[in-house]
Amino acid sequence: MASTAITAGAEPVFHLEEEHAHAEGGSTMLGFWLYLMSDCLIFAMLFAAFGVLGGNYAAGPAPKDLFDLGLVAVNTTMLLLSSITYGFAMLTMDKGRVGATQGWLAVTMLFGLTFLSIELYEFAHMIHEGATPQRSAFLSSFFTLVGTHGLHVTFGIVWMVTLMVQVARHGFIEANRRRLMCLSMFWHFLDVVWIGVFTFVYLMGTLR
Amino acid sequence: MIAHDHAGHDHAHGGAAHGSLKGYLIGFVLSVVLTAIPFWMVMTGAIDNKQATAVIIMAFAAVQIVVHMIFFLHMTPASEGGWSMLALIFTVILVVIVLSGSLWVMYHLNANMMPGLHEMRQMP
Repeated sequence: MASTAITAGAEPVFHLEEEHAHAEGGSTMLGFWLYLMSDCLIFAMLFAAFGVLGGNYAAGPAPKDLFDLGLVAVNTTMLLLSSITYGFAMLTMDKGRVGATQGWLAVTMLFGLTFLSIELYEFAHMIHEGATPQRSAFLSSFFTLVGTHGLHVTFGIVWMVTLMVQVARHGFIEANRRRLMCLSMFWHFLDVVWIGVFTFVYLMGTLR
Repeated sequence: MIAHDHAGHDHAHGGAAHGSLKGYLIGFVLSVVLTAIPFWMVMTGAIDNKQATAVIIMAFAAVQIVVHMIFFLHMTPASEGGWSMLALIFTVILVVIVLSGSLWVMYHLNANMMPGLHEMRQMP
């Protein structure tokens, strides 16, 4: 912060040069990061609940009976692939190639949809076998934690479709770039949360 | 990064904020390896000791989270003038307190309450 002296007559006037030069949306990225951190706290609470209740099966099914690790591995791969394809979308955005960015966003969305479909299939399968959220504290906390993550992915996909329409209509205007960067953070953040989910819920659940 | 420079000063989220192709690919390869090893360990039961396996896969998860932060979320101590990192550190501290505190307290509650519960169950 450099302060400059402008001589108005004999009296020097001091003011901070940067005080009023903030570009529109200049603080959006930091604000969005703070939102993600608060989201992180929501997930921390759900992880804590799962950590405490995850062993209470109430004589119901245990993780070993329910989880299909092969399916979870496929799911993890889908989310990881969607992360890198979103990265490619950001790189093509930097080069100003609208078509390529739209293409990568569409690929990302497909991976996200595949992830959701597999997760919903898994949920339906569990519920069909009688492992409903009401069955035991383990299942309640499991469905809350994994469901909240799935809900985030769903909203991420809705957001992605919205932005694809926005980019198609207005191109890479400053606001669209900013929005795509926010969604980028959101999407990669969901992948980070998923690392916690597959490690603590699926892998350690199977180990129990 | 065209339009970011007109503000006359650097917000520190321009330039390398989006990473490079190389960065994304390194991050992706590292993530695949760091994901595949824990899955392989649990699915094949490579190590007989469950506790050791749990510790190892948690370590892998921690490393992978850092990899994602650096290569996908582009966290550096300098981004947003250090405020991003500060918020992250604050959040991590809160998360550690919440998780370790909950598990610790509830474990002790369980350990102390359970015998009573069992006695109750055996009552006529």
